[in-house]
Amino acid sequence: MPGRRIQRDRTGGYRLRLPAEERDLLRSLPAQLREVLGTDDPSLRRLFPSAYPDDREADDEYRRLMRAELLEGKLAALQVVEDTADAEHLTTEQLEGWLGALESLRLFLGTQLDVREEIYDAPLHPDDPDAPALALYGYLSWLQEQAVEALSSGLR
Amino acid sequence: MRSAATRRHNDRVSQTIEAPVEVRLPEGDEDYDHDRPWVVIVWNDPINLMSYVTFVLRKLFGFSREEATRLMLQVHNEGKAVVSSGEKEKAEFDMARLHAHGLWATLRQD
Repeated sequence: MPGRRIQRDRTGGYRLRLPAEERDLLRSLPAQLREVLGTDDPSLRRLFPSAYPDDREADDEYRRLMRAELLEGKLAALQVVEDTADAEHLTTEQLEGWLGALESLRLFLGTQLDVREEIYDAPLHPDDPDAPALALYGYLSWLQEQAVEALSSGLR
Repeated sequence: MRSAATRRHNDRVSQTIEAPVEVRLPEGDEDYDHDRPWVVIVWNDPINLMSYVTFVLRKLFGFSREEATRLMLQVHNEGKAVVSSGEKEKAEFDMARLHAHGLWATLRQD
């Protein structure tokens, strides 16, 4: 199918067909998010969500125990995208890394932009200062949808 | 308000004791109430793709496509859905796996 970037192939892996400029973009994004992950940027709240919203003490305890592990998983996924940004073929494990990295990027960007579900209903306005970031968010959503579709076809 | 799919799933995985057990509980101390299961709730959010939520539920909990889709739609339309329940340790483990996949999940005792 023309335009499709990620497709399951006959080997049980996934074919990655990305134009060079998209590969350049995707290679550059993990480092940008990694830099933010070390901070207390409030737009990270969806990456480290509250577990017990009604119990502050339990919530703090959960965060204390889990934050490092959550962070480790997110960093590992970003690393996979950096390492395989030029690949023509991905294993299931690598594509799951891509899926996780796209998820983290969208959670951060979507929170920062305060997106709503109706975001796709109206076209971007050229005068909107958020338009470039919204376009990037839209692109990442489109690519993630393809990763989900490809991986879903691999489930029983 | 749990769907039939959730109940079926819980029957399969929960470790709760079926027979009534005589236990004296200190008043108001929920930590000792082992009969009430802990439930993992997934909340609607404007960022996660519907297809992604369905995929994660299938992958983590082994739901069929139909069951996962029904739960995802419950999250989408009603704002939340119970996707797992049982003893606290298991429920917390399930919640942590959902967090690792970016879903907005919380835990509470039913």
